[in-house]
Amino acid sequence: MQNLNGLRQGSGVLSAIEALLSDYIPELYAGLVVTTIQILILTVVVILCVAFLTLAERKIIGYMQNRIGPNRVGPRGLLQPFADVIKLLIKEVVVPERSNRFLFIIAPMLSLVPALAAWAVVPLFPGFSIANIDAGLLYVLALTSLAVYGVILAGWATNSKYALLGAMRSAAQIVAYEIAMGFALVGVLMAGGSLNLGEIVEAQRGGFLSWFWLPLLPLFVVYFISGVAETNRAPFDVAEGESEIVAGFHVEYSGAAFAMFFLAEYANMILIAVLTAVMFLGGWESFFAGWGFLQGTVLEPLIWPGVHWLVLKTGFFLFCFLWFRATFPRYRYDQIMRLGWKVFIPVTIVWIAVEGVMVWYKIGPWSV
Amino acid sequence: MNAIKNAIKTFSLWELLLGLRLTLKNLFVKKVTIQYPEEKTPQSPRFRGLHALRRYPNGEERCIACKMCEAVCPALAITIDSDVRDDGTRRTTRYDIDMFKCIYCGFCEEACPVDAIVETRIFEYHMEEPGQNIMNKDKLLAIGDKYEAMIAADKAADARYR
Repeated sequence: MQNLNGLRQGSGVLSAIEALLSDYIPELYAGLVVTTIQILILTVVVILCVAFLTLAERKIIGYMQNRIGPNRVGPRGLLQPFADVIKLLIKEVVVPERSNRFLFIIAPMLSLVPALAAWAVVPLFPGFSIANIDAGLLYVLALTSLAVYGVILAGWATNSKYALLGAMRSAAQIVAYEIAMGFALVGVLMAGGSLNLGEIVEAQRGGFLSWFWLPLLPLFVVYFISGVAETNRAPFDVAEGESEIVAGFHVEYSGAAFAMFFLAEYANMILIAVLTAVMFLGGWESFFAGWGFLQGTVLEPLIWPGVHWLVLKTGFFLFCFLWFRATFPRYRYDQIMRLGWKVFIPVTIVWIAVEGVMVWYKIGPWSV
Repeated sequence: MNAIKNAIKTFSLWELLLGLRLTLKNLFVKKVTIQYPEEKTPQSPRFRGLHALRRYPNGEERCIACKMCEAVCPALAITIDSDVRDDGTRRTTRYDIDMFKCIYCGFCEEACPVDAIVETRIFEYHMEEPGQNIMNKDKLLAIGDKYEAMIAADKAADARYR
């Protein structure tokens, strides 16, 4: 509740700044300044989340393997991510002699930027996203597909066998799973009746039973699993299969350039988690929004929507990412391809057809 | 019928969920990590660590330069020179163990007829400069003098099983 009010005031502060600035400079520039501040805040928060996600990963996987994980740097290991970052930043960036220097340097940036840029359209709390555009879903699809270029370019520019093989695997995998992801989002689009992510969340108004995960259960499962595959995370991490190709596309990267790939991987994880929460779990909507009887009682704050619900849902999916990594052995390459092309794509197409029939005859929870 | 059962199992991700349940259970299990510098695992009296040369209670060194340990050493880590002392007994003039060659198999200890060369429980030691990996007779005897009580106790504890 405090949180929510704080944020509402926060956006109020920003619009106040905008109003103040527009007295002195043209309105266009005032908007630009405010948007830049918003972008800065969001980026810093996402990068901090990435830092602590790496710690959470090591801790949670450690706990699942009956270990306790890092606990030496800072209280309970809380400063471990900063130690890691400092270590990576002060290391030398080695550029292989026969690599394509320009592409080699630019590839990590290419894989990081889309992961951060896609956050622009994510509806963070009621009525707010940095860019409230009507083609938000298309924008998300486009940007999540762009991430593969960083991987391919890194693999090619390195001029190493392992990196090239890793990049090929990664590219094939991402392309295969993107189709299933796209189809799953088509289902969301049909149910939500809009390409605007904010409106998609609005269409899921109500408690957790009226969110899209229930009517679109197969698409929800396919979307999340494809998301795991898309980010090259275990159990779909053949792109960096240590036993066969050392580390895949980033085998020759070191220091800050490697840190960028690392950041990109985890930023992509957070992005997929937040998108799954927005598309299928009602974004900033409260779990208990359907319980009208709470109105007027002390428990009323439970049904208020807000960014904390989004954080909670995103956290759950991030936990799932780590949980999967601690549980499942790596898929074989042909199994990944089989799962993507011969299971997920047919399943999504069938469910889109089913959904189409339901929409046509006006059956189901959505009102189109 | 079986095909239908399998299809249901596959699409409900049943076996994957079983696996997830197992890891989730282990998330809350008591952790087995031993935090090394503060906590240590129990050691056996037979632990084979740093070597030592022992003396008899009267201060005479035990080693009689029979070179059994040198002969049995599979890594050829032991080098012994011997000479006859003024009192007519045979003693080593040089007893070197190259700690980089040593594989800590304990054969030297087994081969020794007078329990002179032993392996102690000490395992937290290091070398700082080249050459320190060669443990000579003086160093080995010094270790033996320092830890004689522990070595004797370990030998006594193990004697029942020999």
